[in-house]
Amino acid sequence: MNHTARKKISNVVMFALTGICTLVTVGILFFILGYLVWNGARALSWSFFTQLPAPVGEVGGGMANAILGSAKVLLVATLIGVPIGFLGGVYLSEYGGVGFSFIVRYMTDLLNGVPSIVIGIVVYGFIVLRQHHFSTIAGGVALGIMMIPIAVRSTEEFLHAIPQSLREAGMALGAAKWQVVATIVVPAAIRGIMTGMLLDLARVAGETAPLLFTALNNQFWSPGWTHPTATLPVMIFAYAISPYEDWHRQAWAAGFVLLTLVLSVNLVARLVLAKSQPIHRG
Amino acid sequence: MTSADAMNRPSPDSRFGENGAGGANPSTAKLSVSHLNFYYGSVQALHDISLEIPPNRITALIGPSGCGKSTFLRTLNRMHETVPIARTEGTVSLDGRDIFAEDVTVLRRKIGMVFQRPNPFVMSIYQNLTYGLNVNGIRGKRRVPEIVESCLQRAALWDEVKDRLHKSAHDLSGGQQQRLCIARALAVDPDVILLDEPCSALDPVATAKIEELLLDIKRERTIVIVTHNMYQAARVSDFTGFFLMGKLIEHNPTELLFKTPTDAQTEAYITGRYG
Repeated sequence: MNHTARKKISNVVMFALTGICTLVTVGILFFILGYLVWNGARALSWSFFTQLPAPVGEVGGGMANAILGSAKVLLVATLIGVPIGFLGGVYLSEYGGVGFSFIVRYMTDLLNGVPSIVIGIVVYGFIVLRQHHFSTIAGGVALGIMMIPIAVRSTEEFLHAIPQSLREAGMALGAAKWQVVATIVVPAAIRGIMTGMLLDLARVAGETAPLLFTALNNQFWSPGWTHPTATLPVMIFAYAISPYEDWHRQAWAAGFVLLTLVLSVNLVARLVLAKSQPIHRG
Repeated sequence: MTSADAMNRPSPDSRFGENGAGGANPSTAKLSVSHLNFYYGSVQALHDISLEIPPNRITALIGPSGCGKSTFLRTLNRMHETVPIARTEGTVSLDGRDIFAEDVTVLRRKIGMVFQRPNPFVMSIYQNLTYGLNVNGIRGKRRVPEIVESCLQRAALWDEVKDRLHKSAHDLSGGQQQRLCIARALAVDPDVILLDEPCSALDPVATAKIEELLLDIKRERTIVIVTHNMYQAARVSDFTGFFLMGKLIEHNPTELLFKTPTDAQTEAYITGRYG
């Protein structure tokens, strides 16, 4: 075989190999989507959104408490993760010196790599054991901690993309540094930052492990913030490992609902970003 | 002491007597720079610059890329302080007062700046104008719109934008954006306006408009313009300083500098033998 023919063959092989792997990637996503829609959508009914879980042996019921529980846990997580992540990101981008920012950035990445179950155990030790029971707050704190690293990094990156000359234009008018940051830099980047926060929220919405130690689960409505609460991911887990056919059906429905919510948030986030106005680089 | 230093110390009669600069002698200089050295870390970017900038005149700073003219300009309103490793020696005074002793935000309100590329804020045209007013606490239901209109008039932009004041400033053309940036700088009523190659991103028509504007503005303010374009310096300025490798080689009335340069290096540069 001559040189040219070998080159042609390896060209074809490389093209085929990379192409197949791309197809597999996309294929897996569509397989998961299809499988969930097939099993989940069939199991879905109006009562899923409005009723409490039915007692064992009784057919029907829903997961209204888990939907509300997830919303409450995510609200607490947002109240913790977004402000800390946002302000931390502003510090890294606008105030941190080169060396210090490098170290903080590295530690942020480490925090991002801490297994979610470890965060669950830590919150269990610090909040659940002291409160003497599982709670919405504890679940929210665990997910909030998980949101911080990505919130910091995405805020920092979107602020970094704002041209330095805009900051200088503000300072040249007599604005103090914090005024420039608050009134020029952050507003120019706010859509990007919001997108990052939404994607961050969508990511933790599906977390299960940290909630097992913190929010636990609940077959009933969870009043207030200091009681154990049902959440969609934990309900999926509990129902899927149960021996009952009807509960499996409900788990599929819950999976479908959770996936739809996460994908919708993703979609909204992309739309927010797409609408943002490009800045002329200078 | 180099020969350039001797050149920089202007004697009132020969330097400012021409061009009708009247009483503009060093003692009434708007900005006075004395023995300024500038370092980026251990690299010295400016060497012993002394220069008097007279009021109500346009002073142009010319020289090849990297000669330090922009660095010098950014020192005048302490914009160099955004670079952590930058360090200066020597004195710069505005109306006889040391600029390094003043609060930096107060100083920058008095010494405005227009940058190389138009950099309007990501806001409406109107908000771009009122931004400087807000940060300096200037308010008033009647006063603010008046300032906005008069500054846009001054920048020869009013007729083009008066019907879309609340539209995004980023929809304007490059030349309009740069005039907006000049109007924005004027809004806080500075004594001095520094311009860092303001026309380098603009076409000749937009450039001509800006030059016309500067000639109008200098009646009330002092202007320092860094330019890559010698013809621009010759067209608009009253005084020209020639920088080379971090040194101020020559500073003279523009006509004198271009017609009969006193330094061989200046002559070489303006006749196009290098730079």
